[in-house]
Amino acid sequence: MLLRHTPKEINPRKALTINPAKTCQPIGAIYASLGIHKCLPHSHGAQGCCAYHRSTLTRHYKEPIMAATSSFTEGASVFGGQANLLQALDNIFTIYNPDIVAIHTTCLSETIGDDVPQIISKAHEDGKIPEGKVVISASTPSYVGSHITGFSNMVKSMALQLSGGEGRKNDQINIIPGWVEPADMRELKRLCQEMGLNTIMFPDTSGVVDSPQTGKFQMYPQGGVGLHEMRRIGDSEATIALGKFTSQAAAEALDAKYKVPCQILDLPIGLKATDRFINALRPYSRLKVPESINYERGRLVDMITDMQQYLAGKRVALFGDPDQLISLSEFLVDLDMRPVYVLTGTRGKKFLRRMQEILGQAVPEAKVQHAGDIFLLHQWIKNEPVDLLLGNSYGKYIARDEDIPFVRYGFPITDRVGHTYFPSVGYQGGMQLLERILGVLLDRKDRDTPEESFELVM
Amino acid sequence: MGKTSLPDAAKIKDELLKVYPTKVKRKRSKHITVISPEKEGDSIQANVRTVPGIITQRGCCYAGCRGVVLGPTRDIVQIIHGPVGCAYYSWLTRRNQTRPKSADAPNYMTYCFTTDMQEEQIIFGGEKKLKQAIQEAYDLLHPKAIGIFATCPVGLIGDDVHQVSREMSRELGINVFGFSCEGYKGVSQSAGHHIANNQLFKHVVGLDDEPIAGKYKINLLGEYNIGGDAFLLEEMFAECGFTLVSTFSGNSSYDDFCKSHNVDLNLVMCHRSINYMAEMMQAKFGIPWLKINFIGAQATADSLRIIARYFGDSELIDAVEKYIAQEMPEVEKAQAELRPRLEGKLALLFVGGSRAHHYQELFKEIGMKVVGAGYEFAHRDDYEGRKVLDGLEVDADSRNIEELKVEKDNTRYQARLSAEKKHELEKQGITLNHYEGMIPSMEKNTLSIDDISQFEQEKLLELYKPAIFCAGIKEKYGVQKNGIPCKQLHSYDYGGPYAGFRGAINFYREIDRIINTRIWKLIDAPWKEEEQIRADFAAS
Repeated sequence: MLLRHTPKEINPRKALTINPAKTCQPIGAIYASLGIHKCLPHSHGAQGCCAYHRSTLTRHYKEPIMAATSSFTEGASVFGGQANLLQALDNIFTIYNPDIVAIHTTCLSETIGDDVPQIISKAHEDGKIPEGKVVISASTPSYVGSHITGFSNMVKSMALQLSGGEGRKNDQINIIPGWVEPADMRELKRLCQEMGLNTIMFPDTSGVVDSPQTGKFQMYPQGGVGLHEMRRIGDSEATIALGKFTSQAAAEALDAKYKVPCQILDLPIGLKATDRFINALRPYSRLKVPESINYERGRLVDMITDMQQYLAGKRVALFGDPDQLISLSEFLVDLDMRPVYVLTGTRGKKFLRRMQEILGQAVPEAKVQHAGDIFLLHQWIKNEPVDLLLGNSYGKYIARDEDIPFVRYGFPITDRVGHTYFPSVGYQGGMQLLERILGVLLDRKDRDTPEESFELVM
Repeated sequence: MGKTSLPDAAKIKDELLKVYPTKVKRKRSKHITVISPEKEGDSIQANVRTVPGIITQRGCCYAGCRGVVLGPTRDIVQIIHGPVGCAYYSWLTRRNQTRPKSADAPNYMTYCFTTDMQEEQIIFGGEKKLKQAIQEAYDLLHPKAIGIFATCPVGLIGDDVHQVSREMSRELGINVFGFSCEGYKGVSQSAGHHIANNQLFKHVVGLDDEPIAGKYKINLLGEYNIGGDAFLLEEMFAECGFTLVSTFSGNSSYDDFCKSHNVDLNLVMCHRSINYMAEMMQAKFGIPWLKINFIGAQATADSLRIIARYFGDSELIDAVEKYIAQEMPEVEKAQAELRPRLEGKLALLFVGGSRAHHYQELFKEIGMKVVGAGYEFAHRDDYEGRKVLDGLEVDADSRNIEELKVEKDNTRYQARLSAEKKHELEKQGITLNHYEGMIPSMEKNTLSIDDISQFEQEKLLELYKPAIFCAGIKEKYGVQKNGIPCKQLHSYDYGGPYAGFRGAINFYREIDRIINTRIWKLIDAPWKEEEQIRADFAAS
């Protein structure tokens, strides 16, 4: 057994986290920064942070992930990292020539109290930042929140530090997509286009972390939200922010700064969440919801009606990030499945409240945990098994030991491809997701069915 | 490609440096050495801090300690004291394979243990939480040993992992020991290797004096069992008649470490990460060490012969020769088959602290030419040989890494070799406790580059257009976007094993597959050339 030491009996732990269901802030900040065109993320800390974040993101995307570091030594940790950051900015602009550098902090630079905005001002004064180049920063201490917090903090910094506006409303809306895959961001833009809307999406990692093989490496691929676009987000009619945990802070900051009204929605994963997303777009569109979208919706509903018998009543365990879990759970309920264990490593009472709204009536036996770990989830499963496990690649150890059908979902996925290319948002994304769920469930049924009742048609 | 067509390495060096600001240029210039025909005076700067803002391959001290040296040991519960990230990123990502001795023997490799430090502990201290975490781990698992790893903020706020370890050791009656391997220490993973060596030596090695049965007792140091390399080597040792006591640290266990001081000889694979252990065991217990290399078939055969001659028994020498004779035909067959497809192609290797040296053997065996190689975190002795050790300057970044004062163990020290025997071995060209380094084995007009940057990597690809580039996960896809395959030599791209004779065959086949795979010829769409001609015509 791979996880041979996990006992069925659950004893509460106060201090020891085993098999975390979250990681630290800076990696989220890097992912968000990659969603800006010609931006080089910069890690203000020791080298290892940057190396670890780049490695993890690379394993998930199978793409070059570029980021620089202040390369703190013991000396810098004692005397402060100002000299390191000033030198880093000088080198970055000379050698790698980005338009924007997005700096995030680490537990090291936060603990010693480096004031990054002050250092950036100093860099401007010292002429280390060439004309027309931009440096932004976010505070992302690893000992607060999770990777989700780091993503949210960097997106908020984008909204405050890259934004601009001339004070007159433009016929456009802002979309803050939350921590979703490049394929999802592309799909969200497509849906908005179908609705006849002009949108600015930030961050936008499509075309950055899913760039094509052309035979020529691009340090800064084509994708990412442009600085010229960010300079206009203050003039947008509204902001639609997807995911409370990842997008709310940025949307509200933008509202406070430029009076751009915002709506915070769940991530449009699954039928009802996508319905709410489309509905939220309607007031800004001069069109009726186009037939193309009604068709897409209809195809998803059709698929569910056709295959409902294989889904109903199935017990599901899922772990991952709060915004995803909220929408996934709602979708699973709409499929008549039973999300009985839902666990995130990220802390947040609002997660529990929203999950209660979704599961309270439908799945009263559900266990929902914030600030939990995968070890606990495994123990729950040992006490009462499930029919399906949804989560990132670390779930494969549980899936194998307990022999549970497993759908990879979330971050990081280090052992399969597809998650970056095929969306899970929108109606089409819902179909992709449902196809994968059905695939593993029906494969399991085929594997376990006695020969005499083995079915050709299902 | 013939020898004459190789570009002038000195000119390439100039190209690599052009973009840098003056000060950086001066610094980087010392890290890039053009290999001269005589090689004798070829010197290189290494193990100094990376310039901030340079996109480097390097990681941190914690990664070297917890990830590299301790990571592959399955039955020490390793608790990472710090915010969650450091524990998370070192969780199962180095793919060290391990084979517990039975289905219920301890194996914690799949688990990740951390105190997940919060702001409250940063402000008020984290020792209380750490103690509680150790207690909880003990209650749950009852391990023989627990290791505590300090991450950046732990050192800064002054949590004393050693004091907590001592206390908990007394309280629980098991071996608990700490590692002050905060990420900011040193200049790369290398500092962490040293710290890991020190603490294992202080707290584990020598705890079990029970005599070990068997002949020709050895430890294998600096073999981390990536992709199952150590499994192949274990089989090889068994077939030749050696008794392998412990491996530091691949497929390794705590009990094996405890008795590792009872061997006749230490074998050192990765000199960089583990030479400290070899030296300390020599000083305290009198165990000599031999630098060997089991990457490459010829290197494996040479290494086995040297080890056999160290012991000097004809029985062993015969067994080793028999084993080599048994394995070589398949190797030669594979070489003959693949050489025509690979001969003369260029390779560049930038990785680790010994792999960039060892893997040159494999490329040479299939007729490929290594035109550039360098380490990510090695020191000058890994490039130029241990002869430079006496003259090495210790800078401020390395001075803080503890150098253990190791003395002879009065009761357990035992000289393994007489002075005459040592002299005799030296006459045969076998020097104990010695490493030649990488540079002497490289060809003239090639480049050795230490701590290569992203920019230099891109430039090398452009100027050499190699058939293959070897590095790690962070570099892989950037290289491949250029249409040039990249082989990961940290993780082996989830393949392997590549050690020993059978491993060599795997590697030849892998390199053939990766270079000659069809997709590299399909990157351009069929219409691209025609459209380009049309566009050029329209423009003219």
